[in-house]
Amino acid sequence: MKSTFIIYRFDPAVDTEGHYQEYSLETAPTDKILDCLNRIRWEQDPTLAYRFSCAHGICGSDAMMINGRIELACQKLIRDFKTANNFVIEPLPLFNVVKDLVVDMNPFFEKHRHVRPYLISDMDAPDRERLQEAENQRFFEPALRCILCASCTAACPISRANPDYLGPAALLRSFRYIFDSRDTATGSRLAQIDSDDGVWGCKTMWWCTDVCPKGIPVTKCLGQIKRLVRDKQKSES
Amino acid sequence: MNHQYDVVIVGAGLAGLRAAIELGEDTRTAVISKVFATRSHSGAAQGGIGAALGNEEEDHWKWHMFDTVKGSDYLADQNAVEILTKDAPRTIYELEHMGVPFNRTEEGRIAQRAFGGHTSNFGKAAIKRACFAADRTGRVILDTLWEKCLQRGIDFFNEFQIMNLTVRDGMCCGVTAYELANGTLHHFHSKAVLLATGGAGKIFRTSSNAFASTGDGMAIAFRAGAALEDMEFVQFHPTGIYKLGILISEAVRGEGGILRNNEGERFMERYAPTIKDLAPRDMVSRCILREIRDGKGIDGKDYVFLDLSHLGEEVISSKLAEISGFARTYAGVDVTKEPIPVQPTCHYMMGGIATDTDGRVMIDNQEQTISGLYAAGECACVSVHGANRLGCNSLLDVLVFGRRAGRSIRRYIHTIGLPPLPGDDPTVETAAQIAALMDSTGQERSGAIRSEMQEIMMDNVSVFRHGDALVKVMERLRMLKDRCRQIGIQDKGRCFNRDLLDALEVGYMLDLAEAMTLGALNRDESRGAHFREDCPDRDDEHWLVHSLFCYGGPKAAPQFLTKPVKITDFEPKERKY
Repeated sequence: MKSTFIIYRFDPAVDTEGHYQEYSLETAPTDKILDCLNRIRWEQDPTLAYRFSCAHGICGSDAMMINGRIELACQKLIRDFKTANNFVIEPLPLFNVVKDLVVDMNPFFEKHRHVRPYLISDMDAPDRERLQEAENQRFFEPALRCILCASCTAACPISRANPDYLGPAALLRSFRYIFDSRDTATGSRLAQIDSDDGVWGCKTMWWCTDVCPKGIPVTKCLGQIKRLVRDKQKSES
Repeated sequence: MNHQYDVVIVGAGLAGLRAAIELGEDTRTAVISKVFATRSHSGAAQGGIGAALGNEEEDHWKWHMFDTVKGSDYLADQNAVEILTKDAPRTIYELEHMGVPFNRTEEGRIAQRAFGGHTSNFGKAAIKRACFAADRTGRVILDTLWEKCLQRGIDFFNEFQIMNLTVRDGMCCGVTAYELANGTLHHFHSKAVLLATGGAGKIFRTSSNAFASTGDGMAIAFRAGAALEDMEFVQFHPTGIYKLGILISEAVRGEGGILRNNEGERFMERYAPTIKDLAPRDMVSRCILREIRDGKGIDGKDYVFLDLSHLGEEVISSKLAEISGFARTYAGVDVTKEPIPVQPTCHYMMGGIATDTDGRVMIDNQEQTISGLYAAGECACVSVHGANRLGCNSLLDVLVFGRRAGRSIRRYIHTIGLPPLPGDDPTVETAAQIAALMDSTGQERSGAIRSEMQEIMMDNVSVFRHGDALVKVMERLRMLKDRCRQIGIQDKGRCFNRDLLDALEVGYMLDLAEAMTLGALNRDESRGAHFREDCPDRDDEHWLVHSLFCYGGPKAAPQFLTKPVKITDFEPKERKY
């Protein structure tokens, strides 16, 4: 069947602003949106730019807007949409467009770096593995599903309003280390994000959870951080 | 633009990142990668990483060594396998100390599960040896090592395509790279270069590999004089999702999943009575295709069923969550109720750039090296996997030999100063190469050439091979290489020019496809993943040797050499499971 793709185009070498270009393609219900983009590029327009790599939702390269909603292009098939085979494809919101569907992710990774995304421990490591309760590992397990695709942060209304807000993805990484029993920097981690640019920036609007292509309950995880901050304050006062 | 570093690492998957960490804070290190670091294909590894920790049941590194050697169909170098399996427990503890969130046993130790070809007591029964983090083991290790590199302040050059190695008087002194965002050429002048560029699974039509897995590092090293080793050994993973090739981890069978034909029969019982569905991948792939040839594919088509519905929701949600998602999204299957349609998919290159156990790159079968050039991970061949890799040995390989390469580079760079470059401007040749491509008026398109190569290779050089067909494949690949010189680039821009990259990549893949096919043609026996229907038996008398390939120039076939296999503990025997 024939599908129509209306795709956002912007080439910094020639355009001052973006425009939309229409392509049509024979598609099957099981084609991924990424397959369609590839075929447009291979068969019709080799200048079309977008990121991609693994093509099955694990590398996190190809988050974009598909019919007004943030999705991974490799994780959505033609049959998943009820839009009469018409597709509007746009770059992720929030970030600056480099070319077509490619955005500048540097600000996103800067924030990621800001939360010290690595294990900090002041205990000497034993000869073998450190012990960790299976229950504890299961508690922060949802955060391990994150593929850094930036869907949540791009969707977050607070991130759009406050450029200094860390955003859901970086805070989720923070959650992963705060609740890992092997990490001993919990206090300083909490202090670092105990602000309106940190965890209190989250107004529990659930947009991050709604768009997460890995089904991570992001809002709930951020809620666990808030609860821990409050509990600590209570026990200290 | 010119840069100077002590060491340049090409590739930001696990081998490259592990080496970067080993180089230490006193070494100026640059990591360049064609995709952003966390998009590297190591992140797609699902099931686990093997080590004889003995957390679940008694285990010994020597059992692991035996399984790896037997799995390799006795082609692996046993001194290297000893290093791999002995160093495995330390490697796991080190990862745990860095923060890798492995699943845990009820006692809080690292949990382990069964995997194909891993046994206790030299083949007696299946054993739980694979350490894992659900079915996203590669993903969490990649995140952990990348974040460790961020902590160290290592310089990353993301979305930089490697173009050429700079070699002067047999000494490697840097690389030229193309910045995808703006088309700028960069030269990285360094004392040493480590290639950690991964595999080349995109040579085949059905593949579990990422689009980035086009063998760039292997082909560039090959053209610069490095020898490739054992290229004919290509692993086809038995369980890719039907038609799509998306990987369904062996962990499914490790947790108790079962393969069934159209009669509902657990057919692996017939082929491997002791370990059944947990036989090594080369065997299971052949068995699936034999069932299909015997008319036992589902609905008469070319796939079988992988059933895990009996495992229960708890096991599936805590240990196999990712693959349940893949099955739901791409095959419309609810794995708690229905089986997954599967068929073999190109997964892994046992062959690669010939190296010693310290990552030094060889140019021939006389242990001659290119000074300053190293390789590790899937792009390298040490060889620990021989003719067939066991599941959960690839993550182990990249970490053990990535670290060893880092360590030997560290020793090497302290013995020399920054070597002189071959000319005033080391990017001159690369600039000319790009200009020629961009200005070409040729009418060929890389997409058409790539598709044709993928079809030819899938139909003739995958699980089953035949001498007569391989002769024809050699001719057809040469014709494709001629056409490759007539590619015209339609995108004339400098920003994210994928058209240009596609053209380069298809050239790399064709060089490697030619070496694979030549190896498959010359090796008139069957061993591991290389199965010749016209020569179905293993021939230790003539072929208990590694294949080596040396570049013959753009218009000639590679030169073919052999080198002996290093056998220490385990004499070759018939391989039965």
